[in-house]
Amino acid sequence: MGKVPAAVVGVGQTHHRAKREDVSIAGLCREAIDRALTDARMTFADIDAIVVGKAPDLFEGVMMPELFLAEALGAAGKPLLRVHTAGSVGGSTAIVAASLVQAGVHQRVLTVSFEKQSESNAMWALSVPMPFIMPVHAGAGGYFAPHVRSYIRRSGAPTHVGAIVAAKDRQNALRNPFAHLRNPDTTVDSVLASQMLWDPIRYDETCPSSDGACALVITDADTARAAESPAWIHGTVMRSEPTTAAERDQVNPQAGREAAAALWKQAGITNPLEEIDAAEIYVPFSWFEPMWLENLGFMPEGEGWRLAESGGTAMDGVLPVNCSGGVLSSNPIGASGMLRFAEAALQVRGQAGEHQVDGVRRALGHAYGGGSQFFAMWVVGDQPPSN
Amino acid sequence: MREVAVVGFAQRQMAEFDGSPTCVELLVPLFAECYEQTGFTRKDIDFWCSGSSDYLAGRSFSFVSAVDAIGALPPVNESHVEMDAAWALYEAWLKIRTGEVDTALVYGFGKSSAGVLRRTLSLQLDPYTLTPLWPDTVSLAGLQARAGIDSGAWDERAMAEVVNRSLTDAEKNEYAVRRGGSSVEELLARPMYADPLRKHDCAPVTDGAAAIVLAADDRARGAVDRPAWISGLAHHVDPLHLGGRDLTRSPSAARAGNAAGVADVEVAELHAPFSHQELVLRRELALADDVRINPSGGALAANPMFTAGLNRIGEAARRIWDGSAGSALGHATSGPALQQNLVCVMEGRS
Repeated sequence: MGKVPAAVVGVGQTHHRAKREDVSIAGLCREAIDRALTDARMTFADIDAIVVGKAPDLFEGVMMPELFLAEALGAAGKPLLRVHTAGSVGGSTAIVAASLVQAGVHQRVLTVSFEKQSESNAMWALSVPMPFIMPVHAGAGGYFAPHVRSYIRRSGAPTHVGAIVAAKDRQNALRNPFAHLRNPDTTVDSVLASQMLWDPIRYDETCPSSDGACALVITDADTARAAESPAWIHGTVMRSEPTTAAERDQVNPQAGREAAAALWKQAGITNPLEEIDAAEIYVPFSWFEPMWLENLGFMPEGEGWRLAESGGTAMDGVLPVNCSGGVLSSNPIGASGMLRFAEAALQVRGQAGEHQVDGVRRALGHAYGGGSQFFAMWVVGDQPPSN
Repeated sequence: MREVAVVGFAQRQMAEFDGSPTCVELLVPLFAECYEQTGFTRKDIDFWCSGSSDYLAGRSFSFVSAVDAIGALPPVNESHVEMDAAWALYEAWLKIRTGEVDTALVYGFGKSSAGVLRRTLSLQLDPYTLTPLWPDTVSLAGLQARAGIDSGAWDERAMAEVVNRSLTDAEKNEYAVRRGGSSVEELLARPMYADPLRKHDCAPVTDGAAAIVLAADDRARGAVDRPAWISGLAHHVDPLHLGGRDLTRSPSAARAGNAAGVADVEVAELHAPFSHQELVLRRELALADDVRINPSGGALAANPMFTAGLNRIGEAARRIWDGSAGSALGHATSGPALQQNLVCVMEGRS
């Protein structure tokens, strides 16, 4: 007995902002859920189970918030699961929701992920000192800057490549009505002129802190065939490795490389650069675009920056990356991974609006978390999977 | 659809764990015990899934450090739920059923003694309307117990009978934190703690960790003589708001029981952190009078947060392995006053 084919038939997201003071946590989730259900032409009555994802509970100050949210999420009287796998959680949550269908347990699953970061301060929530555990002092930027510097040294990349990526994603965000940052004047030069925060990462090369949510409706094949332009799930993968180990390569982590290899194999892809038509890659700091291009196998090691520098990852490039504006333009942490998965689905469904790439047949959604150690990815396509 | 069985189980329960909130020091020997029981090695485990809480550990990403217990490289196929590890078992069961993997190791951990548990759990309530009042777990359970007594659904004697049986059975459980039965009369003579609850009506604050191994079809048969085949696994949730539900009932437990199919079970390990909650669960699951309840002593003997539900499944599976039961049930609960419930029914096959 093989896997039951599954597809995304509904996508919804919020308008992401620094502070969504107009809505409660439940209201934020409902904004995304209601859009996803409308898109899927369903109501709560059609939904068999709900899967919730978010990053650390300390970000909102509520322990296991899905419990108080159960009613608002339409989960009362139904199965409710809560996933938490660090920054990759939005992706992992979509994968768990897909597995409910693929395991033959349910036919129509609603999944939602969110973060209302304005309820607290993410940087300090990440910096609680713990005995015998390496502190993340001053949040993620300080943690990742040495990895970026190491990448630049190892690859010999020109130091302005990060600015090229940042300018591209901020320009892409102008085509996405849901994006948080809308800075029409951002250029490579303006990024290079912005404040250095954690050398070599400049202010304009970092993601914002956002309030936002994303929701998907995932169904079995029979339901999907009756829906308008489903995004079929061709492969899903999760891989983890420990935070600290002497032999770890944090610039090009083994978990990411192995996850990508397993994903391409599952999806029947032999040349990802040619066969993937659009990619939504988790890039919270601009330099992670060239780093992940290599880790994912789109480019050979040390060459990722060449694709970014040459414009190959722009909307009209050989591999459009983060046409939505990506994490660099909207970052509700718990939802950021699911937004990547959702934007990949929108691209193959031809429903990405102003940031739609023509003729996308297969797209990648990618998320990572922790100290570059948790990976979640999927490939979606406009046709049912052949495997 | 392929069959999945519980084939390994290891646990630790203690009043106070003198170690890190990530419990890595507990998890490493537990994994070793699971390898010993099943003959599997780290390389034989296709999928890993854990259950834990950041709030219990007092930090973000507590499960990140727990991954260290698996061993460094190569990377693993791994996931985590912010729930009792019984729900991690559910995710692993799904993963095996998709055919992607054949084996899984599920683990949970929590150091409840690191804070004031009943106050920490107040943060599980509605942050806008309930948490600002800081109602704690024991007080909420007291309201539930009182509602049952006032409605005639149970009385203090029935609660004391649950306690007496549980603590008597706990004498045979080396991992029990509280043990030793006496008599219903003696228990009822003890002072009130949170009226109508006496201290023995409330699960002891417990630290601990546990691990369970799942395997499919022939992998399960190769790991243990008499696998505990999962014949039904389901979970449901009720609304949290206390004013919006009848506290003497637990519709989600009834739904989970109906979906899992509990008609033939001979043994039921029920996750009831308060004595009266066992009475609610027995009613909702419609368990026959001759069903053996909590031979391990249950949660009144030890209740390690985020692990106690998984322990119930492990304890039930053991009755299948040793042939003392043909069909056994493990139950897990989460949230205030039995809000969320999972039922796992297992059976032995000759």
